[in-house]
Amino acid sequence: MIYDVVILGGGPAGLAAAIEAKKEGAENVLILERDRELGGILNQCIHNGFGLHTFKEQLTGPEYAERYIDMAAELNIPYELNTMVLDMQDNGDTKMIHAISEENGYQALETKAVILTMGCRERTAGAIGIPGFRPSGVFTAGTAQRFINMEGYMAGKEVVILGSGDIGLIMARRMTLEGAHVKAVCEIMPYSNGLTRNIVQCLEDYDIPLKLSHTITFIHGKDRVEAVTVMQVDDKLKPIPGTEEIIECDTLLLSVGLIPENEISRGAGVEIDRRTNGPVVSELRQTSIPGVFASGNVVHVHDLVDFVSEESVLAGKGAARYVKGELKNEDNFTTVNGDGIGYVVPQHVTVSNIDKDLTFYMRVRKVFEGSVVNAYIGDEKIATKRAQKFVPAEMVNFKIKKSVLEKYPNGEIKFVVEPKEAKK
Amino acid sequence: MKKEMICISCPMGCHLTVEGEDGNYTVTGNTCKNGEIYGIQEMTNPQRVVPSTVVIKGAMLSRLPVKTADTVPKGKIFDVMKAIDEVVVEAPVKMGDVVLADVCGTGVDVVATKSMAAC
Repeated sequence: MIYDVVILGGGPAGLAAAIEAKKEGAENVLILERDRELGGILNQCIHNGFGLHTFKEQLTGPEYAERYIDMAAELNIPYELNTMVLDMQDNGDTKMIHAISEENGYQALETKAVILTMGCRERTAGAIGIPGFRPSGVFTAGTAQRFINMEGYMAGKEVVILGSGDIGLIMARRMTLEGAHVKAVCEIMPYSNGLTRNIVQCLEDYDIPLKLSHTITFIHGKDRVEAVTVMQVDDKLKPIPGTEEIIECDTLLLSVGLIPENEISRGAGVEIDRRTNGPVVSELRQTSIPGVFASGNVVHVHDLVDFVSEESVLAGKGAARYVKGELKNEDNFTTVNGDGIGYVVPQHVTVSNIDKDLTFYMRVRKVFEGSVVNAYIGDEKIATKRAQKFVPAEMVNFKIKKSVLEKYPNGEIKFVVEPKEAKK
Repeated sequence: MKKEMICISCPMGCHLTVEGEDGNYTVTGNTCKNGEIYGIQEMTNPQRVVPSTVVIKGAMLSRLPVKTADTVPKGKIFDVMKAIDEVVVEAPVKMGDVVLADVCGTGVDVVATKSMAAC
């Protein structure tokens, strides 16, 4: 049997993509998931705040996941759990997925289209190279989250958190509620890398100090963490001698960034964007290999699951249309990140594949106040995105109408941060 | 009295200014109605939803995620956590099942946020 669409990963991206592919007319859809249940990382994100865009209410992670799991069940979408995909091969009209599981052993699955929804991984202590021994008590924030929320093990009592990413902030509150003492959250940048609301409801609500422009330069302790050395950094992010402060603790949580998990994509020869560390994709999230699509955190790290779902609907649509031979490939536009913008997704646009409008996702490089993001084709300004302020932690969603893009045959769409123009 | 705060109703994080006295407050800086409600509530009776876990027996995992079905007063969060910590449930559980009714006399139930089968 040849599948229509095989989806690699049953987290929020995979579920939304599978549901949309099926709705759009793909027949044989299969989700492969390496964990023991569907839902991905949402299962350990027991806090609320998910789904405001998708469901117009505040859900917890497991609730958000269960709604999608139920939708997939209603559409009778099959899935295989405890199944690890090892490799993907592009054979032109079909792709081969090589996977192993305890139940089915080794399997080679042939499929017309693939959707990559493997998500991302946390950066670890090794990735940021903090000097010191390797005592127990150093966890990535997500690992501690899994231990506490799913397995029922407390990670520590006296805690310091490095990095102010959202998972770190959420864990500061979670550990406080479970009786731990969170002594400080240290952030090397002069601004937080988490959502503002999380600074308020996770740190300020519990009087947890946020030390901006501070980093950890040494981990003390041989068998178990005993303390960390915290230092202030200058504007080049170098520690300033004389600012050393030793904070005693038994646990260090790291919330220092996420990396899209693209080993399978790379192995198959999918083109990767160095800015996002994810595949280069089109408006309907097709990668550089025709028939291979990608969405969610494997493409670029999102800050809200709602946008993962939104993006995955595009990938599901794209895969279904590809299978039915309805996907166009004119590739009218490429996108470019201009001044102040770190990256733009999608990187390629075929205008005739867009329904009404297309949302461009991007991140600014630093905090901008009194600014707008403008989109240009050539010298012509085609659209403007306004906001109170733009911060790197909050992804910019820039929606442009199809009718605007249709005015131009092809070219480059360039996104630039510019000062707000004074009202005439 | 005047207070600056950041709205946590959604990820927008609007900067609010709340002015006024005793039950007569005006909120500015909000971009939706939820911001006004939040601003006034922060001055009169700050509220939060409390998510946590309880012990579950006979399921694949040993912890069941739960939350207060509505917001509870901020000052009661640690009492609510203590009450939640004492709950032990048996699988199977359905999402939305009440695991603890009227927690700490708040009139708010603690409900399961995940379905877990018996195994």
